[in-house]
Amino acid sequence: MSIDHSVSPAVSTPARGDPPALDVRGLTYRFGEKTAVDSLDLELAAGEIIGLLGPNGAGKTTAIRVIVTLLRPAAGSVCVFGVDAARQPIRARRLIGYVPQMLSADAGLTGRENVALFAGLFDVPRRRRRARVDQALAAMGLTDVADRLARTYSGGMVRRLELAQALVNAPRLLILDEPTVGLDPIARDSVWEHVLRLRAEHGMAVLLTTHYMEEADVLCDRVALMHAGRVRVTGVPSELKAALGPRASLEDVFRHHTGGALASDKEGDFRDVQHTRRAASRVG
Amino acid sequence: MFRRLATLSLVELQKLRHDRVELYTRAVQPALWLLVFGVTFNRIHAIPTGSVPYLDYLAPGILAQSALFISIFYGIQIIWDRDAGVLAKLMVTPTPRTALVTGKAFAAGVRALIQVVVVVLLAAVLGVGLTANPLKLVGAAVAVMIGAAFFSCLSIVIAGLVLSRDRLMGIGQAIMMPMFFASNALYPVDIMPAWVRVVSYLNPLSYLVDALRGLLIGTHAHLLLDFAVLVGSAVGAIMAASALLGRLAR
Repeated sequence: MSIDHSVSPAVSTPARGDPPALDVRGLTYRFGEKTAVDSLDLELAAGEIIGLLGPNGAGKTTAIRVIVTLLRPAAGSVCVFGVDAARQPIRARRLIGYVPQMLSADAGLTGRENVALFAGLFDVPRRRRRARVDQALAAMGLTDVADRLARTYSGGMVRRLELAQALVNAPRLLILDEPTVGLDPIARDSVWEHVLRLRAEHGMAVLLTTHYMEEADVLCDRVALMHAGRVRVTGVPSELKAALGPRASLEDVFRHHTGGALASDKEGDFRDVQHTRRAASRVG
Repeated sequence: MFRRLATLSLVELQKLRHDRVELYTRAVQPALWLLVFGVTFNRIHAIPTGSVPYLDYLAPGILAQSALFISIFYGIQIIWDRDAGVLAKLMVTPTPRTALVTGKAFAAGVRALIQVVVVVLLAAVLGVGLTANPLKLVGAAVAVMIGAAFFSCLSIVIAGLVLSRDRLMGIGQAIMMPMFFASNALYPVDIMPAWVRVVSYLNPLSYLVDALRGLLIGTHAHLLLDFAVLVGSAVGAIMAASALLGRLAR
């Protein structure tokens, strides 16, 4: 693993009274009878990277979709920098950059057009739009390929293009749903490196979901281990591991707190597995 | 709202510019209707169209038909956008859902309009007495855009209800031909059985055809009523499609 951690700053200590980047309380979402997210509590400080970790079907993606205002919760609240997402969804959306699990860049547009679309939809003023689009593309190392159709991009490049789309609005909270699913190790490292650099340069808060323990280990200041819709434990990866023993891995931590559920083949409902597979197959 | 709508419309034009093959292939079908069906029935004088030659009578019907055929499967694009995660990402921007739907409706309108150009040119070559009045031509273009907006949003409504490509294809096929045949596109309403006539009065396609005939070949038309019905149906369909967009993103 070749990620340079020297670029990751300490989590900024918020001034007294500053609302957290994300404050989730008692969030519950049900698909009919099934409770997909069960009383989720989560707090994220400005500049912090937190990972929602768990197997397919744990409820990570559903939690994310409620947080980004795509789904309406059955109970609980979501506040983004003090803005109540249920009451003021448009204001909350302006603060969020969202990259869904699917590779969701428009294949029929060039990289530049993909980013410009989001600049337009987020009301970046016309005179500043071109510069902001160029900046976002450059930050993700896509300047040279900006005028090629996105369908000619590799999986890793599409992921970086999506990060550029999310960045063009200069969001304060970046939400990444399984950012490296299906990517080869080199593309995965490149995405990690770019996420860490973003946090270092812009002090952005990042919430990501993953079912790769290594990813959580490398990227996250804190992790919340999720199983069957509930967060089982939250903490700093190194401390969680140390509590179990000197050679414990995050997998061990997860098994310890879920009673070995990581390997359970009951996990991952069809819909969630299908999503992950589809995302992976689109990457090729 | 309007700035975002302009952004979304521009993107649709950019997509069209990158991939024009679809436009050319889609122009084949209306061209065949005019060349084969139109020319043949023009010769045998089987359909009573009064003093208007059948080919002239048919040309606006085929224009309306191409707007219907190109737009009625438009919901598939929304389902594709949903599966690809594009829809979710767009819905997490501050863009109103009506703007997202209207952007798609605009794209369907532009695609239909490009077919219109092909059919109008072909009709002119075949000797159809089309108007040269630029205002009337613009009026016809506007009517086609609104008609395509309605059909595409109807398709998005179906997509929002059935949620799958296969079912949308089935329903699209099931309603497309009845909408076409139970309209005044191919033959006058007067020669239809009474119950089909009722359907044709409820069918927005008939109002599109009536407006196009009035504007392009100068037959008696009820332009005010035609445009009122078309605008009303399009606005209603945009509202319904916007309301169902959340269901698709679930």
